[in-house]
Amino acid sequence: MAQTYRKQLIDPLVDNNPITLQVLGICSALAVTSSMQVALVMTIAVTAVTGFSSMFISMLRNQIPSSIRIIVQMVVIASLVILVDQILKAYAYEISKTLSVFVGLIITNCIVMGRAEAFAMKNPPIDSFIDGVGNGLGYGLLLMVVAFFRELLGAGSLFGITIFETVNNGGWYVPNGMMLLPPSAFFVIGLIIWGVRTWKPAQVEEREYKIQSVEAH
Amino acid sequence: MEGLISLAVKAIFVENLALSFFLGMCTFLAVSKKISTAMGLGISVMVVQAITVPANNLILNYLLAPGALAWAGFGDVDLTFLGLISYIGVIAALVQILEMVLDKYFPPLYNALGVFLPLITVNCAILGGSLFMVERSYDFAEAATYGVSSGFGWALAITAMAGVREKLKYSDIPDGLQGLGITFITAGLMALAFMSFSGVKL
Repeated sequence: MAQTYRKQLIDPLVDNNPITLQVLGICSALAVTSSMQVALVMTIAVTAVTGFSSMFISMLRNQIPSSIRIIVQMVVIASLVILVDQILKAYAYEISKTLSVFVGLIITNCIVMGRAEAFAMKNPPIDSFIDGVGNGLGYGLLLMVVAFFRELLGAGSLFGITIFETVNNGGWYVPNGMMLLPPSAFFVIGLIIWGVRTWKPAQVEEREYKIQSVEAH
Repeated sequence: MEGLISLAVKAIFVENLALSFFLGMCTFLAVSKKISTAMGLGISVMVVQAITVPANNLILNYLLAPGALAWAGFGDVDLTFLGLISYIGVIAALVQILEMVLDKYFPPLYNALGVFLPLITVNCAILGGSLFMVERSYDFAEAATYGVSSGFGWALAITAMAGVREKLKYSDIPDGLQGLGITFITAGLMALAFMSFSGVKL
């Protein structure tokens, strides 16, 4: 039993990562990754919401009529997100300002709905909780990796602590300002996907058009 | 009036929902394989956005904001913490109503948009539009303008993306980059191109 829990928790990290393979929840993944600290807070928020929403929905799964299940799921998720939002506003006001609308957008984060619909509706609460946490962490892992590159290359620091002394402060590192701008997030994730798929060739997508070499006549 | 036009230009190009705030990315990446479907989805997003943003603006100003319930005798009630749940409720309800109205009165349009409408409820661009409206405290006219133009910007981005991807499928891409990977990189390049609008002001 412990084995399956472990597998459920570890599996979404690389083998079945919500972002690189399932293409879920990209919306917020890109916008909050310009610094590690913000990305960490976002990871915790998403993991908490996915875990608990999966658990509660799974507890309710036998009572929810299937015709209104989407609305019920929405209500559960939205209530949890409101909780997270209020907690952040109370204890980490600065960060909640930086995250701006993206905390609210956890509601429409496809990972949360996706796990609720695909897993929690069919499985008991504890399994669903672990599955939710695992997927939240898989999402967070990617978020942290992207934020690592963006903050290190863009500002020469990690978690706000200077790693490369920038030229402005008399150091040697010329920061790459583009890494702090939105487009770089796309590039970094694109390259990470390339890396992951080269490592795990099973994830490579089928080509729509095969390229054939034509014999010379 | 000038303020509104400038707001619209900003919402379409400079602060494009898809390319500079990454909203609606899941659908943006999933439904951008063909131009015709991308356009259908783009138009539905625009329609829904044009209705929900002003509607949520009314909800905020007449029900949720501090002191907004004065007309009902609850002058000092502040319900803004219920914002998220009300907005998503409004969006879900409006999408449902829109679907029924289209089905009844405009069947051709319903058939064209039908499949996309339910998807739109969970599209972050829609909720994001409403949340930005709240955060930037737009008044009703601004909210209406912002709704239409941000939806238009999203539609423009997804249509352009589909155009690129239709050509891209014939090219020889490294295996690992096939599909999702190259789509991300393309989106990044498009976002860079859209950044060149950032100096534009009216």
